[in-house]
Amino acid sequence: MSLLEVRDLKKRFGAVEVLCGVDLTLDAGEVLAVVGDNGAGKSTLIKHISGVYRRDSGDIALGGKAVAFDSPKEARRAGIETVYQDLALADELSVGANIFLGREPVRRWLGLLPVIDRGRILQETQRLIDSIESHIPDGASTVAGLSGGQRQAVAIARALYWDAKVVILDEPTAALAVMERENVIKLSRMLAAKGVGVIYIGHNLVEILEVADRIAVMYRGRIVHVARSEETTQEELIKYMTGYSERRESAA
Amino acid sequence: MATHDANLPLGRGMKAPAATRTRHLRKWGLPVETLVLGLTLLLWVVMALTTSTFLTTNNVVNILRQVSIDSIIAFGVLFPILIRGIDLSVGSVVALSGVVCATLLTAGVPIPLAIALTLVLGVAIGSLNAFSVYRLGIPAFIITLAGLQAFRGGAFLVSDGTSVFGLPKALSAFARAEWLGIPSLFWSMLVIGVVLHFILSRTRTGRYMIAMGSNHESARRAGINIKRIVFFAYIVSSVTACIAGMLLMARMSIGSPTAGVAYELNAIAAAVVGGASLFGGRGSVLGTFIGALLFATIANAANLLGIDSFWQMVATGVLIAAVVYVDNLHKCRQSGVK
Repeated sequence: MSLLEVRDLKKRFGAVEVLCGVDLTLDAGEVLAVVGDNGAGKSTLIKHISGVYRRDSGDIALGGKAVAFDSPKEARRAGIETVYQDLALADELSVGANIFLGREPVRRWLGLLPVIDRGRILQETQRLIDSIESHIPDGASTVAGLSGGQRQAVAIARALYWDAKVVILDEPTAALAVMERENVIKLSRMLAAKGVGVIYIGHNLVEILEVADRIAVMYRGRIVHVARSEETTQEELIKYMTGYSERRESAA
Repeated sequence: MATHDANLPLGRGMKAPAATRTRHLRKWGLPVETLVLGLTLLLWVVMALTTSTFLTTNNVVNILRQVSIDSIIAFGVLFPILIRGIDLSVGSVVALSGVVCATLLTAGVPIPLAIALTLVLGVAIGSLNAFSVYRLGIPAFIITLAGLQAFRGGAFLVSDGTSVFGLPKALSAFARAEWLGIPSLFWSMLVIGVVLHFILSRTRTGRYMIAMGSNHESARRAGINIKRIVFFAYIVSSVTACIAGMLLMARMSIGSPTAGVAYELNAIAAAVVGGASLFGGRGSVLGTFIGALLFATIANAANLLGIDSFWQMVATGVLIAAVVYVDNLHKCRQSGVK
Protein backbone atom coordinates (compact mmCIF):
# COMPACT_ATOMS: atom_id res chain seq x y z
CA MET A 1 0.00 0.00 0.00
CA SER A 2 1.28 3.42 -0.90
CA LEU A 3 1.65 6.11 1.72
CA LEU A 4 -0.11 8.66 -0.44
CA GLU A 5 -2.28 7.97 -3.41
CA VAL A 6 -3.82 10.55 -5.72
CA ARG A 7 -6.34 9.30 -8.22
CA ASP A 8 -7.88 11.15 -11.17
CA LEU A 9 -7.55 14.56 -9.51
CA LYS A 10 -9.26 17.34 -11.44
CA LYS A 11 -9.36 21.07 -10.88
CA ARG A 12 -10.63 23.90 -12.97
CA PHE A 13 -10.16 27.64 -12.38
CA GLY A 14 -12.95 29.24 -14.36
CA ALA A 15 -12.51 28.18 -17.96
CA VAL A 16 -9.02 26.80 -17.45
CA GLU A 17 -8.59 23.15 -16.56
CA VAL A 18 -5.43 23.18 -14.46
CA LEU A 19 -5.43 19.55 -13.45
CA CYS A 20 -7.05 17.12 -15.83
CA GLY A 21 -6.91 13.80 -14.05
CA VAL A 22 -3.67 13.43 -12.11
CA ASP A 23 -2.60 10.03 -10.77
CA LEU A 24 0.27 9.83 -8.33
CA THR A 25 1.57 7.45 -5.69
CA LEU A 26 4.15 8.11 -3.02
CA ASP A 27 5.77 5.50 -0.80
CA ALA A 28 7.14 5.98 2.67
CA GLY A 29 10.88 6.61 2.64
CA GLU A 30 11.15 7.76 -0.93
CA VAL A 31 11.81 11.09 -2.55
CA LEU A 32 9.47 11.61 -5.45
CA ALA A 33 10.36 14.57 -7.63
CA VAL A 34 7.67 16.31 -9.60
CA VAL A 35 9.02 18.28 -12.53
CA GLY A 36 7.40 20.24 -15.29
CA ASP A 37 7.40 23.57 -17.04
CA ASN A 38 5.85 26.66 -15.49
CA GLY A 39 2.09 26.28 -15.56
CA ALA A 40 2.21 22.51 -15.88
CA GLY A 41 0.19 22.26 -12.67
CA LYS A 42 2.86 21.29 -10.11
CA SER A 43 1.91 23.98 -7.61
CA THR A 44 -1.80 23.34 -8.02
CA LEU A 45 -1.24 19.64 -7.46
CA ILE A 46 0.69 20.09 -4.22
CA LYS A 47 -1.78 22.69 -2.96
CA HIS A 48 -4.47 20.04 -3.20
CA ILE A 49 -2.38 17.61 -1.23
CA SER A 50 -1.54 20.23 1.41
CA GLY A 51 -5.13 21.36 1.87
CA VAL A 52 -4.90 24.83 0.30
CA TYR A 53 -7.24 24.04 -2.61
CA ARG A 54 -10.29 21.85 -2.76
CA ARG A 55 -10.52 19.48 -5.68
CA ASP A 56 -13.36 19.38 -8.17
CA SER A 57 -13.19 15.60 -8.43
CA GLY A 58 -10.86 12.69 -7.77
CA ASP A 59 -9.52 10.99 -4.65
CA ILE A 60 -6.63 11.47 -2.28
CA ALA A 61 -5.80 8.70 0.15
CA LEU A 62 -3.26 8.90 2.97
CA GLY A 63 -2.17 5.56 4.39
CA GLY A 64 -5.03 3.89 2.57
CA LYS A 65 -7.68 6.19 4.03
CA ALA A 66 -9.53 8.70 1.85
CA VAL A 67 -8.93 12.27 2.99
CA ALA A 68 -10.43 15.64 2.11
CA PHE A 69 -8.74 18.59 3.80
CA ASP A 70 -10.57 21.86 4.29
CA SER A 71 -7.47 23.75 5.35
CA PRO A 72 -3.69 23.46 5.52
CA LYS A 73 -4.13 23.03 9.25
CA GLU A 74 -6.09 19.82 8.75
CA ALA A 75 -3.51 18.51 6.32
CA ARG A 76 -0.78 19.26 8.82
CA ARG A 77 -2.67 17.50 11.55
CA ALA A 78 -2.92 14.44 9.31
CA GLY A 79 0.85 14.55 8.84
CA ILE A 80 1.34 16.43 5.60
CA GLU A 81 3.85 19.25 5.98
CA THR A 82 4.63 21.70 3.22
CA VAL A 83 7.80 23.73 2.92
CA TYR A 84 6.83 26.53 0.59
CA GLN A 85 8.86 28.25 -2.06
CA ASP A 86 8.70 31.53 -0.16
CA LEU A 87 9.63 29.69 3.04
CA ALA A 88 6.73 30.99 5.08
CA LEU A 89 8.83 31.84 8.10
CA ALA A 90 8.07 34.80 10.32
CA ASP A 91 11.20 36.96 10.20
CA GLU A 92 10.75 38.65 13.55
CA LEU A 93 10.31 35.40 15.45
CA SER A 94 13.10 33.14 16.61
CA VAL A 95 14.04 29.85 15.01
CA GLY A 96 12.30 28.00 17.80
CA ALA A 97 9.18 30.15 17.63
CA ASN A 98 8.94 29.41 13.92
CA ILE A 99 9.33 25.68 14.35
CA PHE A 100 6.59 25.68 16.96
CA LEU A 101 4.40 28.34 15.34
CA GLY A 102 0.75 27.42 15.75
CA ARG A 103 1.60 24.46 18.00
CA GLU A 104 3.36 26.04 20.95
CA PRO A 105 3.60 23.95 24.07
CA VAL A 106 1.93 25.81 26.91
CA ARG A 107 2.25 25.60 30.63
CA ARG A 108 0.12 27.16 33.34
CA TRP A 109 1.67 30.24 34.83
CA LEU A 110 1.02 30.22 38.59
CA GLY A 111 -1.19 27.25 37.81
CA LEU A 112 -3.60 29.56 36.05
CA LEU A 113 -2.74 31.44 32.91
CA PRO A 114 -1.65 29.51 29.84
CA VAL A 115 1.74 30.80 28.75
CA ILE A 116 4.13 29.61 26.08
CA ASP A 117 6.69 27.18 27.47
CA ARG A 118 9.72 29.00 26.14
CA GLY A 119 12.24 26.87 27.96
CA ARG A 120 10.93 23.72 26.39
CA ILE A 121 10.76 25.25 22.92
CA LEU A 122 14.36 26.35 23.18
CA GLN A 123 15.57 23.03 24.43
CA GLU A 124 13.78 20.99 21.80
CA THR A 125 14.87 23.40 19.07
CA GLN A 126 18.49 23.10 20.11
CA ARG A 127 18.29 19.32 20.00
CA LEU A 128 16.67 19.45 16.60
CA ILE A 129 19.28 21.84 15.21
CA ASP A 130 22.07 19.62 16.46
CA SER A 131 20.49 16.57 14.85
CA ILE A 132 20.33 18.09 11.38
CA GLU A 133 23.82 19.64 11.46
CA SER A 134 22.74 22.70 9.55
CA HIS A 135 24.84 25.45 11.07
CA ILE A 136 21.92 27.39 12.48
CA PRO A 137 23.50 29.61 15.14
CA ASP A 138 21.00 28.98 17.94
CA GLY A 139 17.32 28.43 18.51
CA ALA A 140 16.78 31.85 20.03
CA SER A 141 18.16 33.92 17.15
CA THR A 142 15.57 35.53 14.92
CA VAL A 143 15.04 34.19 11.44
CA ALA A 144 15.65 37.64 9.93
CA GLY A 145 19.41 37.17 10.27
CA LEU A 146 19.59 33.73 8.63
CA SER A 147 20.73 32.85 5.13
CA GLY A 148 18.42 31.24 2.58
CA GLY A 149 19.85 27.82 3.24
CA GLN A 150 19.54 28.17 6.98
CA ARG A 151 15.93 29.22 6.57
CA GLN A 152 15.27 26.22 4.40
CA ALA A 153 16.83 24.07 7.10
CA VAL A 154 14.54 25.63 9.70
CA ALA A 155 11.52 24.90 7.54
CA ILE A 156 12.62 21.31 7.00
CA ALA A 157 13.46 20.92 10.67
CA ARG A 158 9.91 21.96 11.43
CA ALA A 159 8.59 19.12 9.29
CA LEU A 160 11.06 16.74 10.89
CA TYR A 161 10.12 17.67 14.41
CA TRP A 162 6.41 17.27 13.91
CA ASP A 163 6.83 13.72 12.62
CA ALA A 164 5.30 14.41 9.26
CA LYS A 165 4.39 11.41 7.11
CA VAL A 166 4.55 13.38 3.91
CA VAL A 167 6.76 16.43 3.36
CA ILE A 168 6.26 18.57 0.30
CA LEU A 169 9.27 20.67 -0.68
CA ASP A 170 8.26 23.34 -3.17
CA GLU A 171 11.36 24.44 -5.12
CA PRO A 172 13.47 24.30 -1.98
CA THR A 173 16.70 25.32 -3.71
CA ALA A 174 15.30 28.02 -5.99
CA ALA A 175 17.08 30.90 -4.24
CA LEU A 176 20.09 29.14 -2.78
CA ALA A 177 23.82 29.17 -3.30
CA VAL A 178 25.44 25.98 -4.54
CA MET A 179 26.77 24.93 -1.14
CA GLU A 180 23.38 25.42 0.39
CA ARG A 181 21.72 23.30 -2.29
CA GLU A 182 23.83 20.37 -1.23
CA ASN A 183 22.63 20.81 2.30
CA VAL A 184 18.98 20.83 1.27
CA ILE A 185 19.50 17.67 -0.76
CA LYS A 186 21.13 16.10 2.25
CA LEU A 187 18.19 17.13 4.44
CA SER A 188 15.70 15.72 1.93
CA ARG A 189 17.48 12.38 1.95
CA MET A 190 17.58 12.52 5.73
CA LEU A 191 13.79 12.93 5.80
CA ALA A 192 13.35 9.97 3.48
CA ALA A 193 15.74 7.88 5.56
CA LYS A 194 13.47 8.49 8.53
CA GLY A 195 10.59 6.98 6.58
CA VAL A 196 8.99 10.19 5.43
CA GLY A 197 7.50 10.35 1.95
CA VAL A 198 9.03 13.41 0.29
CA ILE A 199 7.54 15.21 -2.69
CA TYR A 200 10.21 17.39 -4.23
CA ILE A 201 9.16 20.05 -6.68
CA GLY A 202 11.96 21.42 -8.78
CA HIS A 203 13.34 22.80 -12.01
CA ASN A 204 16.97 21.84 -11.92
CA LEU A 205 17.19 18.38 -13.47
CA VAL A 206 20.76 17.70 -12.35
CA GLU A 207 19.67 18.25 -8.79
CA ILE A 208 16.44 16.28 -9.27
CA LEU A 209 18.33 13.27 -10.61
CA GLU A 210 20.61 13.45 -7.58
CA VAL A 211 17.95 13.76 -4.90
CA ALA A 212 14.99 11.72 -6.18
CA ASP A 213 14.21 8.01 -6.16
CA ARG A 214 11.48 8.48 -8.72
CA ILE A 215 10.59 11.35 -11.00
CA ALA A 216 7.14 12.29 -12.24
CA VAL A 217 6.87 14.66 -15.18
CA MET A 218 3.88 16.97 -15.48
CA TYR A 219 2.72 18.50 -18.71
CA ARG A 220 -0.43 20.57 -19.08
CA GLY A 221 -2.23 19.31 -16.01
CA ARG A 222 -1.31 15.63 -16.38
CA ILE A 223 1.46 13.35 -15.23
CA VAL A 224 2.82 12.15 -18.55
CA HIS A 225 5.78 10.12 -17.37
CA VAL A 226 7.11 8.45 -14.22
CA ALA A 227 10.58 6.95 -14.09
CA ARG A 228 13.11 5.74 -11.54
CA SER A 229 15.92 8.24 -11.52
CA GLU A 230 18.62 5.69 -12.27
CA GLU A 231 16.69 4.59 -15.34
CA THR A 232 16.18 7.99 -16.91
CA THR A 233 18.20 10.85 -18.29
CA GLN A 234 17.92 14.61 -18.51
CA GLU A 235 17.16 14.36 -22.20
CA GLU A 236 14.27 12.00 -21.65
CA LEU A 237 12.80 14.19 -18.91
CA ILE A 238 13.06 17.30 -21.05
CA LYS A 239 11.29 15.53 -23.86
CA TYR A 240 8.33 14.84 -21.62
CA MET A 241 8.44 18.26 -19.96
CA THR A 242 8.20 20.06 -23.26
CA GLY A 243 5.44 17.79 -24.55
CA TYR A 244 7.66 16.62 -27.38
CA SER A 245 6.83 12.97 -26.81
CA GLU A 246 3.13 13.71 -26.56
CA ARG A 247 3.06 15.58 -29.84
CA ARG A 248 4.87 12.74 -31.51
CA GLU A 249 2.37 10.24 -30.18
CA SER A 250 -0.61 12.22 -31.37
CA ALA A 251 1.02 12.62 -34.77
CA ALA A 252 1.60 8.92 -35.05
CA MET B 1 0.06 12.66 13.86
CA ALA B 2 2.48 14.56 16.01
CA THR B 3 3.79 12.52 18.88
CA HIS B 4 4.62 15.69 20.77
CA ASP B 5 1.39 16.91 22.20
CA ALA B 6 1.60 20.67 22.30
CA ASN B 7 -0.52 20.83 25.41
CA LEU B 8 1.47 18.50 27.59
CA PRO B 9 3.04 20.52 30.37
CA LEU B 10 6.30 18.63 29.96
CA GLY B 11 8.67 21.49 30.36
CA ARG B 12 7.55 22.33 33.87
CA GLY B 13 10.47 23.00 36.11
CA MET B 14 13.02 22.85 33.32
CA LYS B 15 15.72 25.45 33.53
CA ALA B 16 15.95 27.72 30.53
CA PRO B 17 19.29 27.21 28.77
CA ALA B 18 21.91 29.91 28.66
CA ALA B 19 20.70 31.04 25.26
CA THR B 20 17.50 32.33 26.83
CA ARG B 21 19.47 34.59 29.08
CA THR B 22 21.48 36.11 26.25
CA ARG B 23 18.21 36.57 24.41
CA HIS B 24 16.85 38.54 27.33
CA LEU B 25 19.91 40.71 27.38
CA ARG B 26 19.56 41.32 23.69
CA LYS B 27 15.90 42.10 24.10
CA TRP B 28 16.48 44.63 26.85
CA GLY B 29 19.42 46.04 24.96
CA LEU B 30 17.58 46.75 21.71
CA PRO B 31 19.24 49.69 20.01
CA VAL B 32 16.35 52.15 19.68
CA GLU B 33 14.98 51.65 23.13
CA THR B 34 18.40 52.09 24.66
CA LEU B 35 19.06 55.16 22.58
CA VAL B 36 15.72 56.72 23.46
CA LEU B 37 16.08 55.82 27.11
CA GLY B 38 19.55 57.38 27.11
CA LEU B 39 18.21 60.52 25.50
CA THR B 40 15.43 60.75 28.06
CA LEU B 41 17.79 60.27 30.99
CA LEU B 42 20.16 62.85 29.53
CA LEU B 43 17.29 65.31 29.30
CA TRP B 44 16.35 64.60 32.92
CA VAL B 45 19.92 65.14 34.11
CA VAL B 46 20.36 68.36 32.12
CA MET B 47 17.02 69.70 33.29
CA ALA B 48 17.73 68.75 36.89
CA LEU B 49 21.08 70.53 36.79
CA THR B 50 20.03 73.65 34.91
CA THR B 51 16.64 74.41 36.46
CA SER B 52 15.39 74.44 40.00
CA THR B 53 11.85 73.66 38.97
CA PHE B 54 12.30 70.35 37.11
CA LEU B 55 13.34 67.91 39.80
CA THR B 56 10.65 68.86 42.27
CA THR B 57 8.08 66.42 43.58
CA ASN B 58 5.32 68.43 42.02
CA ASN B 59 6.83 68.51 38.58
CA VAL B 60 7.89 64.87 38.53
CA VAL B 61 4.41 63.80 39.63
CA ASN B 62 3.06 66.01 36.88
CA ILE B 63 5.22 64.28 34.26
CA LEU B 64 4.20 60.88 35.59
CA ARG B 65 0.53 61.82 35.30
CA GLN B 66 0.98 63.05 31.76
CA VAL B 67 3.02 60.09 30.62
CA SER B 68 0.48 57.71 32.13
CA ILE B 69 -2.39 58.68 29.87
CA ASP B 70 -0.16 59.01 26.80
CA SER B 71 1.35 55.59 27.46
CA ILE B 72 -1.95 53.81 27.94
CA ILE B 73 -3.12 55.05 24.54
CA ALA B 74 0.22 54.20 22.96
CA PHE B 75 0.21 50.66 24.43
CA GLY B 76 -3.15 50.11 22.80
CA VAL B 77 -2.12 51.51 19.43
CA LEU B 78 0.95 49.26 19.49
CA PHE B 79 -1.27 46.20 19.07
CA PRO B 80 -2.76 47.02 15.65
CA ILE B 81 0.68 48.28 14.59
CA LEU B 82 2.19 44.91 15.49
CA ILE B 83 -0.13 43.12 13.08
CA ARG B 84 0.72 45.62 10.38
CA GLY B 85 -2.42 47.63 10.93
CA ILE B 86 -2.97 51.03 12.49
CA ASP B 87 -5.57 52.74 14.64
CA LEU B 88 -6.02 56.44 13.99
CA SER B 89 -9.32 56.64 15.84
CA VAL B 90 -7.98 56.44 19.41
CA GLY B 91 -7.79 60.21 19.98
CA SER B 92 -11.46 60.57 19.11
CA VAL B 93 -12.32 57.48 21.15
CA VAL B 94 -10.65 59.18 24.13
CA ALA B 95 -13.05 62.10 23.71
CA LEU B 96 -16.11 59.97 23.01
CA SER B 97 -15.53 57.66 25.96
CA GLY B 98 -14.93 60.61 28.31
CA VAL B 99 -18.09 62.33 27.18
CA VAL B 100 -20.20 59.16 27.24
CA CYS B 101 -18.98 58.18 30.69
CA ALA B 102 -19.50 61.74 32.00
CA THR B 103 -23.02 61.87 30.57
CA LEU B 104 -23.90 58.55 32.17
CA LEU B 105 -22.51 59.72 35.50
CA THR B 106 -24.36 63.03 35.47
CA ALA B 107 -27.52 61.10 34.63
CA GLY B 108 -27.09 59.31 37.94
CA VAL B 109 -25.68 56.00 36.71
CA PRO B 110 -23.48 54.44 39.42
CA ILE B 111 -19.74 54.76 38.80
CA PRO B 112 -18.95 51.04 38.26
CA LEU B 113 -21.82 50.67 35.80
CA ALA B 114 -20.83 53.81 33.89
CA ILE B 115 -17.26 52.52 33.61
CA ALA B 116 -18.47 49.10 32.50
CA LEU B 117 -20.75 50.57 29.86
CA THR B 118 -17.96 52.77 28.51
CA LEU B 119 -15.70 49.74 28.27
CA VAL B 120 -18.42 47.93 26.34
CA LEU B 121 -18.41 50.90 23.97
CA GLY B 122 -14.66 50.33 23.55
CA VAL B 123 -15.18 46.66 22.72
CA ALA B 124 -17.86 47.64 20.21
CA ILE B 125 -15.66 50.22 18.48
CA GLY B 126 -12.72 47.82 18.35
CA SER B 127 -14.95 45.09 16.94
CA LEU B 128 -16.29 47.47 14.33
CA ASN B 129 -12.74 48.38 13.25
CA ALA B 130 -11.68 44.74 13.15
CA PHE B 131 -14.79 43.73 11.25
CA SER B 132 -14.18 46.45 8.67
CA VAL B 133 -10.56 45.41 8.24
CA TYR B 134 -10.99 41.65 8.35
CA ARG B 135 -14.37 41.09 6.77
CA LEU B 136 -14.99 44.12 4.57
CA GLY B 137 -11.37 44.43 3.54
CA ILE B 138 -11.18 48.18 4.17
CA PRO B 139 -7.57 49.27 4.81
CA ALA B 140 -7.03 49.93 8.52
CA PHE B 141 -5.67 53.39 7.75
CA ILE B 142 -8.89 54.38 5.99
CA ILE B 143 -11.42 52.85 8.35
CA THR B 144 -9.78 54.26 11.45
CA LEU B 145 -9.37 57.64 9.72
CA ALA B 146 -13.11 57.50 9.19
CA GLY B 147 -13.44 56.62 12.87
CA LEU B 148 -11.27 59.60 13.81
CA GLN B 149 -13.88 61.85 12.19
CA ALA B 150 -17.00 59.94 13.15
CA PHE B 151 -16.21 59.35 16.83
CA ARG B 152 -15.17 62.98 17.31
CA GLY B 153 -18.49 63.95 15.78
CA GLY B 154 -20.19 61.48 18.09
CA ALA B 155 -18.49 63.07 21.09
CA PHE B 156 -19.87 66.49 20.11
CA LEU B 157 -23.33 65.04 19.51
CA VAL B 158 -23.48 63.25 22.85
CA SER B 159 -22.31 66.33 24.75
CA ASP B 160 -24.30 68.79 22.68
CA GLY B 161 -21.06 70.48 21.72
CA THR B 162 -20.01 71.49 25.22
CA SER B 163 -18.18 69.93 28.12
CA VAL B 164 -20.07 67.73 30.55
CA PHE B 165 -19.73 69.02 34.12
CA GLY B 166 -20.77 67.81 37.52
CA LEU B 167 -18.89 64.53 37.90
CA PRO B 168 -18.87 62.63 41.21
CA LYS B 169 -16.13 63.87 43.56
CA ALA B 170 -14.79 60.35 43.95
CA LEU B 171 -13.42 60.44 40.41
CA SER B 172 -11.31 63.55 40.68
CA ALA B 173 -10.19 62.32 44.08
CA PHE B 174 -9.00 59.12 42.38
CA ALA B 175 -7.17 61.04 39.67
CA ARG B 176 -5.38 63.14 42.30
CA ALA B 177 -4.62 60.24 44.62
CA GLU B 178 -1.12 58.97 45.23
CA TRP B 179 0.00 55.64 46.62
CA LEU B 180 3.55 55.34 47.87
CA GLY B 181 4.15 58.79 46.42
CA ILE B 182 3.21 57.65 42.92
CA PRO B 183 0.08 59.00 41.25
CA SER B 184 -2.85 56.64 40.80
CA LEU B 185 -2.81 57.31 37.07
CA PHE B 186 0.72 55.97 36.90
CA TRP B 187 -0.29 52.85 38.81
CA SER B 188 -3.15 52.36 36.35
CA MET B 189 -0.70 52.64 33.48
CA LEU B 190 1.65 50.16 35.16
CA VAL B 191 -1.10 47.59 35.60
CA ILE B 192 -2.25 47.92 31.98
CA GLY B 193 1.32 47.89 30.74
CA VAL B 194 2.27 44.76 32.70
CA VAL B 195 -0.83 42.93 31.51
CA LEU B 196 -0.24 43.86 27.87
CA HIS B 197 3.47 43.06 28.09
CA PHE B 198 2.59 39.69 29.55
CA ILE B 199 0.17 38.95 26.73
CA LEU B 200 2.67 40.04 24.13
CA SER B 201 5.69 38.17 25.39
CA ARG B 202 4.26 35.10 27.06
CA THR B 203 1.04 34.02 25.41
CA ARG B 204 0.22 32.46 22.09
CA THR B 205 -1.99 35.40 21.21
CA GLY B 206 0.97 37.76 21.53
CA ARG B 207 3.26 35.52 19.54
CA TYR B 208 0.65 35.12 16.81
CA MET B 209 0.36 38.89 16.51
CA ILE B 210 4.08 39.15 15.89
CA ALA B 211 3.94 36.22 13.46
CA MET B 212 1.07 37.85 11.62
CA GLY B 213 2.75 41.23 11.38
CA SER B 214 6.00 39.60 10.37
CA ASN B 215 4.62 37.30 7.68
CA HIS B 216 0.88 37.17 7.25
CA GLU B 217 1.01 34.20 4.90
CA SER B 218 3.17 32.12 7.19
CA ALA B 219 0.83 32.81 10.08
CA ARG B 220 -2.14 31.71 8.01
CA ARG B 221 -0.38 28.56 6.87
CA ALA B 222 0.61 27.74 10.42
CA GLY B 223 -3.10 27.48 11.09
CA ILE B 224 -3.34 30.62 13.21
CA ASN B 225 -6.83 32.01 13.64
CA ILE B 226 -6.20 35.35 11.93
CA LYS B 227 -9.69 36.65 12.59
CA ARG B 228 -9.29 36.21 16.32
CA ILE B 229 -5.96 38.04 16.31
CA VAL B 230 -7.30 40.97 14.27
CA PHE B 231 -10.28 41.40 16.58
CA PHE B 232 -8.07 41.11 19.62
CA ALA B 233 -5.64 43.79 18.41
CA TYR B 234 -8.28 46.38 17.53
CA ILE B 235 -10.35 45.72 20.66
CA VAL B 236 -7.26 46.21 22.84
CA SER B 237 -6.61 49.48 21.05
CA SER B 238 -10.14 50.84 21.53
CA VAL B 239 -10.56 49.60 25.08
CA THR B 240 -7.28 51.11 26.25
CA ALA B 241 -8.31 54.36 24.54
CA CYS B 242 -11.58 54.23 26.51
CA ILE B 243 -9.69 53.66 29.75
CA ALA B 244 -7.42 56.59 28.92
CA GLY B 245 -10.49 58.67 28.06
CA MET B 246 -12.06 57.98 31.43
CA LEU B 247 -8.82 58.69 33.29
CA LEU B 248 -8.45 61.97 31.43
CA MET B 249 -12.06 62.79 32.24
CA ALA B 250 -11.39 62.08 35.91
CA ARG B 251 -8.24 64.16 35.85
CA MET B 252 -9.95 67.18 34.26
CA SER B 253 -13.23 66.61 36.13
CA ILE B 254 -15.13 67.15 32.90
CA GLY B 255 -16.11 65.12 29.89
CA SER B 256 -14.77 67.19 27.01
CA PRO B 257 -15.56 66.53 23.35
CA THR B 258 -12.33 68.29 22.38
CA ALA B 259 -10.16 66.03 24.53
CA GLY B 260 -7.51 63.90 22.93
CA VAL B 261 -7.06 65.79 19.68
CA ALA B 262 -4.01 64.38 17.84
CA TYR B 263 -3.37 61.88 20.63
CA GLU B 264 -3.37 59.09 18.05
CA LEU B 265 -0.34 60.64 16.39
CA ASN B 266 1.51 61.05 19.69
CA ALA B 267 0.71 57.45 20.51
CA ILE B 268 1.98 56.17 17.16
CA ALA B 269 5.08 58.33 17.52
CA ALA B 270 5.76 56.91 20.99
CA ALA B 271 5.42 53.35 19.71
CA VAL B 272 7.66 53.99 16.70
CA VAL B 273 10.33 55.85 18.65
CA GLY B 274 10.15 52.98 21.11
CA GLY B 275 11.16 50.48 18.44
CA ALA B 276 7.89 49.49 16.78
CA SER B 277 7.84 49.01 13.02
CA LEU B 278 4.90 50.34 11.06
CA PHE B 279 5.39 47.32 8.81
CA GLY B 280 4.39 45.08 11.67
CA GLY B 281 6.03 42.34 13.68
CA ARG B 282 8.23 44.55 15.83
CA GLY B 283 7.56 46.60 18.93
CA SER B 284 7.31 46.32 22.68
CA VAL B 285 5.30 47.72 25.56
CA LEU B 286 8.42 48.80 27.43
CA GLY B 287 9.84 50.55 24.37
CA THR B 288 6.54 52.32 23.84
CA PHE B 289 6.59 53.54 27.43
CA ILE B 290 10.11 54.88 26.98
CA GLY B 291 9.00 56.65 23.81
CA ALA B 292 6.05 58.22 25.60
CA LEU B 293 8.29 59.23 28.50
CA LEU B 294 10.68 61.01 26.14
CA PHE B 295 7.87 63.04 24.58
CA ALA B 296 6.32 63.87 27.96
CA THR B 297 9.74 65.00 29.21
CA ILE B 298 10.33 67.20 26.18
CA ALA B 299 6.92 68.83 26.56
CA ASN B 300 7.50 69.42 30.25
CA ALA B 301 11.02 70.74 29.78
CA ALA B 302 9.93 73.07 27.01
CA ASN B 303 7.22 74.43 29.28
CA LEU B 304 9.59 75.03 32.16
CA LEU B 305 12.20 76.68 29.95
CA GLY B 306 9.54 78.81 28.33
CA ILE B 307 10.38 77.48 24.89
CA ASP B 308 7.83 78.33 22.26
CA SER B 309 5.45 75.38 21.85
CA PHE B 310 5.85 75.72 18.08
CA TRP B 311 9.54 74.95 18.43
CA GLN B 312 8.63 72.06 20.64
CA MET B 313 6.55 70.59 17.82
CA VAL B 314 9.40 71.04 15.37
CA ALA B 315 11.82 69.37 17.79
CA THR B 316 9.47 66.43 18.29
CA GLY B 317 9.17 65.94 14.55
CA VAL B 318 12.91 66.07 14.00
CA LEU B 319 13.39 63.62 16.82
CA ILE B 320 10.99 61.06 15.34
CA ALA B 321 12.77 61.22 12.00
CA ALA B 322 16.22 61.00 13.59
CA VAL B 323 15.44 58.06 15.86
CA VAL B 324 13.88 55.99 13.09
CA TYR B 325 16.80 56.82 10.80
CA VAL B 326 19.37 55.73 13.35
CA ASP B 327 17.41 52.55 13.97
CA ASN B 328 17.39 51.78 10.25
CA LEU B 329 21.13 52.39 10.01
CA HIS B 330 21.70 49.95 12.81
CA LYS B 331 19.53 47.30 11.24
CA CYS B 332 21.30 47.63 7.89
CA ARG B 333 24.61 47.08 9.59
CA GLN B 334 23.22 44.12 11.48
CA SER B 335 21.85 42.24 8.51
CA GLY B 336 24.50 43.44 6.11
CA VAL B 337 21.92 43.94 3.37
CA LYS B 338 18.73 45.87 2.58
